[in-house]
Amino acid sequence: MAGTIAIKNGYVFDPLNEVKGERMDVFIRDGKVVRELSATEMDNAKVIDASGMTIMAGGVDSHSHVAGAKVNAGRMMRPEDHYKSYMKKTPITHSGSGYTVPTVYLGGYEYSKMGYTTVFEAAVPPMEARHTHEEMRSTPMLDMGGYLVLGNNWFLMRYMKEGDFEKAAAYVAWMMKTHKTYGIKCVNPAGVENWGWGENVHSLDQANIHFEVTPTEIIKNLTEINEYLGFAMPLHLHANNLGHPGCWETTKESLKIPSNVKAKPNVDVEWAETKMNAKRHESVYLTHCQFNAFGGTSWRDFESGVKGITDYVNSVDHVVMDSGCVPFGEATCMTGDGPSIHDLSVLTGNKWSNTDVECECGSGILPFTYLKTNAVHSVQWAMGLEVLLYVKDPWKSIMTTDSPNGGPFIKYPLVMAWLMSAKSRQDTMKECHKWAQDRSGIGGEEREMSLYDLAILTRANPARTIGMAYRKGTLGVGADGDVCIYNIDPTKLDVNDYETLIRNLQNSEYTIKDGEVVARQGEIVAIPEKRTYYADINVPDADEKHMLEDVKEWFKYYTLGFSNYPTPERYLANPTPMTVNPLR
Amino acid sequence: MAEVTLRPKNEIDIMVEAEVINPDNFAGKSAKEIGALIVWQGPREFPLSNFFDVQGNGGSSAQETTIIVDGDVPRVKRIGQQMTAGKVIIKGDAGMHVGSEMAGGEIVVEGDAESWAGMEMKGGLLHIKGNTKDHVGCAYRGSWHGMTGGRIVIDGNAMNQIGGGISGGEIIINGNVDNFCGIRANGGLIVVKGNAFRTVGAEMTNGIIVVGGHISRFTPGFQYQVVEKDLKFGDIECPGEYKKFAGDYAMPQKVKGTMYVSSEFNGGL
Repeated sequence: MAGTIAIKNGYVFDPLNEVKGERMDVFIRDGKVVRELSATEMDNAKVIDASGMTIMAGGVDSHSHVAGAKVNAGRMMRPEDHYKSYMKKTPITHSGSGYTVPTVYLGGYEYSKMGYTTVFEAAVPPMEARHTHEEMRSTPMLDMGGYLVLGNNWFLMRYMKEGDFEKAAAYVAWMMKTHKTYGIKCVNPAGVENWGWGENVHSLDQANIHFEVTPTEIIKNLTEINEYLGFAMPLHLHANNLGHPGCWETTKESLKIPSNVKAKPNVDVEWAETKMNAKRHESVYLTHCQFNAFGGTSWRDFESGVKGITDYVNSVDHVVMDSGCVPFGEATCMTGDGPSIHDLSVLTGNKWSNTDVECECGSGILPFTYLKTNAVHSVQWAMGLEVLLYVKDPWKSIMTTDSPNGGPFIKYPLVMAWLMSAKSRQDTMKECHKWAQDRSGIGGEEREMSLYDLAILTRANPARTIGMAYRKGTLGVGADGDVCIYNIDPTKLDVNDYETLIRNLQNSEYTIKDGEVVARQGEIVAIPEKRTYYADINVPDADEKHMLEDVKEWFKYYTLGFSNYPTPERYLANPTPMTVNPLR
Repeated sequence: MAEVTLRPKNEIDIMVEAEVINPDNFAGKSAKEIGALIVWQGPREFPLSNFFDVQGNGGSSAQETTIIVDGDVPRVKRIGQQMTAGKVIIKGDAGMHVGSEMAGGEIVVEGDAESWAGMEMKGGLLHIKGNTKDHVGCAYRGSWHGMTGGRIVIDGNAMNQIGGGISGGEIIINGNVDNFCGIRANGGLIVVKGNAFRTVGAEMTNGIIVVGGHISRFTPGFQYQVVEKDLKFGDIECPGEYKKFAGDYAMPQKVKGTMYVSSEFNGGL
């Protein structure tokens, strides 16, 4: 029977059910986790003996740049990234190439080999939604969705200036279902619009040009709209002033803005069984904290400012964040934050590109190499780990590299080893510039994360944060049959031998999606069906009608026609709408 | 020293990707095993013996192996790619990417070589007795990390983007070059004994470029320093009087590039 499988005798880590490495069996029937299989079902089921192995839900990446116009521009800009990194086709897989920005096929395969089954694209510019969906549709092995970039949107900034909350909310709802996207992304609010005029914003209370709204107003309004509409995930925030010494203070102030906004996710879904509350209670999800946690006042006195942010996060309940770790080596910076890329190009002399996405947002791309010999890069490596190690409650943090900004996702196993093994950190520190030791606290940090912590950071919490824990990130009954089996025996795990650990994290023993083995010891063995999730949301017709009149009027500023703007469902692989209910 | 001779069989239409032809691969293999090595031609794979008669066995190590390509192979690419030791002699014209990324040993091309000779080379000696085309000792497209070590000697002329992104090693060209010689150089040495057309040293931030002939259009971002005579860089000698320039100040970074230009042939500068 397809999608029916029994995984026996493994050590299971399922944080949403508080299962901490207990030896138990996992059963999947027709692609869903079940309590048990009947005798006849067992006869037809595939049985995997996972003795001495670690079992977790399939990995969930809640912030990765894997599809869309900006990712593709990154590929086109970097022939050298593809020249020496390629994969031959096999009878079931496509060929592929690219190290930091792989082709869609290769990217899907590489994620699957690591045990990941769900990846969300971090930034979808509305105008580029069709392109993004086309790439997501072609990315094999993964269930996907994308976050709609709305932090510098002309219509929203206009409504905010006019104080018209209802129209702003109606616009967000309409945009979300029109472009088949999942949540709200906000990048350098007010600043990217200013970049169209060669400026940026330098404080949270600086009004931008023409629209005269401040970052504070945009963050406040978007978090309120997010909860008014009841989206599954919190506002996904890329804070202002990213990548500049001293930016940690801006980040901390930004996180304070929605401290009184109460989380009200309201979606119609069937929830898998979990002991813990699998719904989010946060109103803001800060992304790639490391890049937003620079201390000092210049590159000369640059230091980690992570502690200032993690102290705040530890003291409040409305913030969750991902790390944006830096595992050293080749990377490609790509972000909706055009001005930050321009600043990097001035700093490094590297090639770069910028794009203005008409009335909506912008983006920038630049190849980057993180070197252990470089003072600042060494501190950034330490900072990414500090973000995760300093946050006391792992349910407030998520492990990412902001792939490929800090480094490509294929380096996640290195980051996991640094989190789990103090010796691994110390050994790397010895190869680093002395600033890693002097300008961060990582040298004195003794915390070693467990496999349970890791399961929180890489599947349970990303799924819970973005509202996917009703089916992802857990092995509770009713969840999707997405499982990752690592060849790691938790009873014999020696984190001092981190090289073995890294090897076993790089290639899962089995990656199972919807109850089907799709990758085995680093080889793709089946190409599963995939789904694309999006928020399906309706607001009162009257609000939408008035709002659409404004949209149509300002569509004269676009270079495309209004009828070509929406993304039809046929652009999605197995479109899976999630009904979202706005407050009435 | 063992010699393996490869004699080209027929005219080749689609270019052959022959990175297997290098002493590291041939060492310890018999003529038959060498003939069975796989090369790509377009979308298909073939044994090397489809294109060459193979005579002689490889030596015990790369160091002990000499490969002689007995004829013109302008449509066979990547000969000697990534080789670390030993010797390759091509008794005719070589295809693209000869000696790409080579790290040691020696390659002699007795005829002309196509583009990309010695791309991103790390060490060893590549000697082209005839002319060659573009991207010699250069970075691959999109990259700014070119040759880092070793020496390339070209007896004839070369064309565009010679030594692009070079950060170490030496390129000596007895003839002329066209455009963008030493673009993005950040180290190393390029000596052009003949003329250059334009944009020599564009965007260079470090390293040395010497032009012994005339530069038709001088790169604007360079500043005159001083006159020096009879230059010497290790065993490389450049007799005569040279005007020394620093640049390229078109770059926003701090630049330490040096360009020497023959006083005799560049009176107007």
